[in-house]
Amino acid sequence: MSCGHCTCKESRLPTTYRIAAVKKETDMVTTITFPVSLGAKPGQFVMAWLPGNGEIPMSVANDDGKNLRITFFAVGDTTREMAKLKKGDLLGLRGPFGTSYEWKEGEHLILVAGGYGAAPMYFCAVEASKNGCSLDVIIGARSKEHLLYAEEFRKLPKTTVHLATDDGSEGRKGYNVEVLKELLEKGMAPDQVFACGPERMLLAVSDLTAQKKIPSQLSLERYMKCGYGLCGNCTVDPLGIRLCVEGPVVKNETARKITEFGNYHRDELGKKHSF
Amino acid sequence: MNLSQTLLGVTFENPTVLASGILGITASTWMRVAAKGGAGAITTKSIWLHEHKGHPNPTVISTEHWTLNAVGVPDAGPEKAKEEIGAYNAQKPAPLIVNIIAESVENYAKTAEAVLPFHPDFLEVNISCPNVEDEFGKPFACSAPVAASVTAAVKAVAGKVPVFIKLSPNVLSIAEIARACAKAGADGFTVINTAGPGMAIDLKSRMPILSNKVGGISGPAIKPLAIRCVADVYAATNGCCPIIGTGGVHTGEDAIEMLLAGASLVGIGTAVWKRGMDVFQKVCDEMTAWCDAEGIKDVTELIGGMHKVISKR
Repeated sequence: MSCGHCTCKESRLPTTYRIAAVKKETDMVTTITFPVSLGAKPGQFVMAWLPGNGEIPMSVANDDGKNLRITFFAVGDTTREMAKLKKGDLLGLRGPFGTSYEWKEGEHLILVAGGYGAAPMYFCAVEASKNGCSLDVIIGARSKEHLLYAEEFRKLPKTTVHLATDDGSEGRKGYNVEVLKELLEKGMAPDQVFACGPERMLLAVSDLTAQKKIPSQLSLERYMKCGYGLCGNCTVDPLGIRLCVEGPVVKNETARKITEFGNYHRDELGKKHSF
Repeated sequence: MNLSQTLLGVTFENPTVLASGILGITASTWMRVAAKGGAGAITTKSIWLHEHKGHPNPTVISTEHWTLNAVGVPDAGPEKAKEEIGAYNAQKPAPLIVNIIAESVENYAKTAEAVLPFHPDFLEVNISCPNVEDEFGKPFACSAPVAASVTAAVKAVAGKVPVFIKLSPNVLSIAEIARACAKAGADGFTVINTAGPGMAIDLKSRMPILSNKVGGISGPAIKPLAIRCVADVYAATNGCCPIIGTGGVHTGEDAIEMLLAGASLVGIGTAVWKRGMDVFQKVCDEMTAWCDAEGIKDVTELIGGMHKVISKR
């Protein structure tokens, strides 16, 4: 079903598909490929539904017009069960929902990816590459075995990959934002910086790019239920905007008006929790 | 064209009301809906006396025609509500209706007492949620004596704050329930809560989609049901009690139909996903355009209009 606003196939009712492929990225991370495209754009998310178990919002890791892909950590009851699925098993999707990263043809972009944020950043890199953009990609993870999509990024044209691990097992020892800071201090002047990852990382990117007056776009995450702007669970203070519709990708000007950004988030009951 | 009216001592700039359970979590959301979205009033989501967990996802699904929800009325209790309502009341661009829910007659009164210090303009009593039946059995709204006893218990503690009872369409006679509540002291009614419950099944997995299996039906599909229920309640109570007509309203013409059926205010919920957070302003603009074309100067001319025409025949 069309949303009526654009050419995407946004659906608010899940449809189950037989999984086309399953790939183990790491011990904890799985990529599932669906035999369908939803016309998703980089930064948008889908609600992935395991019948009889649960439904989880997930960033789209790729949608090439034929196949949609999700990459996820098996961290909860539902994602652990999803990680056990095999080719031919059923998994439901609804969406795609929310905003996407935006760029102009030929821009120089720095992409900052933390943890499984590498998946949507890869989708973004693929699409931006098609528009002739040059890319510096900074991937950060706890350690070497948690680095995602590094090889895939390296295959893209006009793309330089920078790695950072907390324990120094690959690339620079430390955080990906420290690499960003160094690149900017060395005089790199990108048209934009895109970031996806843990909120403290996003806050650091926000602060740094604001200080350097470089436009940036950040993907924020809040507890979601409906995914399409009805329940209000993912609204943020003090703007009252819904991150499932007016986000998840927001421009840094907007992110900096969100006072809870980097400070707290609400759970499914609406109770606040600090980061 | 005047859209404002004063009901039970509370002035509403326009008849649109954010329905309970929609966008209903934080003060900043209510501020956006009221100050920028054009809502004439805000209703909180249902507040329990104690923290109450909802159902796991999937909880809300839609097509163009209907929405099914079994969110399960999650809430963190009055202390959390105090913080959000306090922040809203500090600016308060539109009246605030505080919705309460409980699992026993006694706790309805206790919950009312817990939220009264937050200065609600109206109390709305949710006796009609169809998606917590597994926990609590049939809603209180399904029995006239039980609905009346909840009404009396809340009225006994509510003081001057008007008490609206939110009725269920899923009953043999909503008129009978409304009469019993009015006799027990109800000041007004919210008509209706979601219908059903309904169910949607995924074909390939053969599983119900909602984790709760069933959920309340809202959206365009239930508008005729809501219109009939509003008309029944208005007729049964001789228009004595203001009605917040809720169910499937998306456009100004939908809202006018609700008023003609007997509503004084019009709840808008599901339409938020289709028409945005400023759906309230859009509905008001459409009402104004329609009324201007028909030469109607004041929104109150429309309330109960159908009944007035029928009685003259």
